[in-house]
Amino acid sequence: MAQIHLEVVTPSGPVVSDDVDIVTAPGYAGEFGVLANHAMFLSTIKTGTLTFKKDKQTRYLMVSGGFSEVSNNKITFLVESAEYGQDIDVDRAMRAKERAEKRLAQAIQKTEQINRTRAEAALQRALARLKTAEQARRQ
Amino acid sequence: MPALKDVKNKIQGVKKTAQITKAMNMVASAKLRGAQEKMERFRPYSQKFAAAMSNLSGNIESGNLPLMEIRAVQSAEIVVVTSDRGLCGSFNANIISTAEKLMRQYEAEGKKVSFVCIGKKAHRYFRKTGKVRSSYSDIMGTFQMFNAREIAMDVAENFMVGGSDEVRIVYGKFYSVAIQRPEVEDLLPIKPLSPAEGAVKEAAKVSGAYTYEPEPGEIMEVLLPLYLNVQVYHVMLEVGASEHAARMTAMDNATNACKDIIHDLTQLYNKARQSAITSELMDIVGGAEALKG
Repeated sequence: MAQIHLEVVTPSGPVVSDDVDIVTAPGYAGEFGVLANHAMFLSTIKTGTLTFKKDKQTRYLMVSGGFSEVSNNKITFLVESAEYGQDIDVDRAMRAKERAEKRLAQAIQKTEQINRTRAEAALQRALARLKTAEQARRQ
Repeated sequence: MPALKDVKNKIQGVKKTAQITKAMNMVASAKLRGAQEKMERFRPYSQKFAAAMSNLSGNIESGNLPLMEIRAVQSAEIVVVTSDRGLCGSFNANIISTAEKLMRQYEAEGKKVSFVCIGKKAHRYFRKTGKVRSSYSDIMGTFQMFNAREIAMDVAENFMVGGSDEVRIVYGKFYSVAIQRPEVEDLLPIKPLSPAEGAVKEAAKVSGAYTYEPEPGEIMEVLLPLYLNVQVYHVMLEVGASEHAARMTAMDNATNACKDIIHDLTQLYNKARQSAITSELMDIVGGAEALKG
């Protein structure tokens, strides 16, 4: 099967650089999949789960905030963070979720828009972490 | 002649100081290596980010993006980035004096100035001016991207609500282990990136073929805050490396100064010892002479 080169780059270094069969990612307009020889494409990335398949094995990555670019049979993700599902600390993510929920409730009560946006983003990250970890475990 | 014991004590003391400064030099050089590695790991991300940004900026009108909005400057914000700890020569003092000069310049033009301090040294110095809007201390040792994001968001929000019309950042740029210089850069409004010659052609060639999701303008709206994060993080990395390099140099100088002092004191000690022996001998000889007589 034809393959596409996947690169996931974060500020603390590259996370993935590999030829894979298929990539799916949480794009601006929803989940999208990319196969080999995809047309040129540029999309922002939302916080969520990136999956890629290689040799019939699926890997799950939690990604947050960034964009992806497809050109010349190569897909590059520039994201602020990327973690493999199996490396995620579930307890920590759980605590982060609770903390974010509490802060969100407070922000809504006091109608603080800035804190609300921040708490929502934190909550989204925590939820994405938990979901990615769950998917990786179930496999 | 000073007393023998005093000189000996002093030598011991200076030796201990030399031990400490030498240890600090070694710690700083180990930390410098870490900081440089951190910079190295960040490079692919920042390069690709800049490439994508210049690719996109050909496709958009920058006028209606809030972070690119150019206004008449009434109030300016200065982000000062220093280290948390001292004992690194004139590194922090240089950054602070550059920031202060900038402040005077703004105020001479009748503009209001506010500060955002990153690093304890900046905070300590500028808090007495009463112009510090927010400060971030004790993060320079272990900062991550999310620290930079928090600061960038703070600065951007203030800019968007009109708290500042222009934001500049003052920091210590890392040129080499021997050279670190204070540097002033523009942070906000973000200027359209002018892509390099080759990149323009490349962009012109391919930009038509891209499918954008969402529209380029909207992508920019997402990318600009991220770009600000990248810049702040980059500056913090530079300061991190510069701090350790500056400390290495300072501690090396201190160790050498200690060695010089030890050398001088040892000479003094030997002289004092000799004169003590001489006078003792004189006593003995004098005593023997007296007995003979």
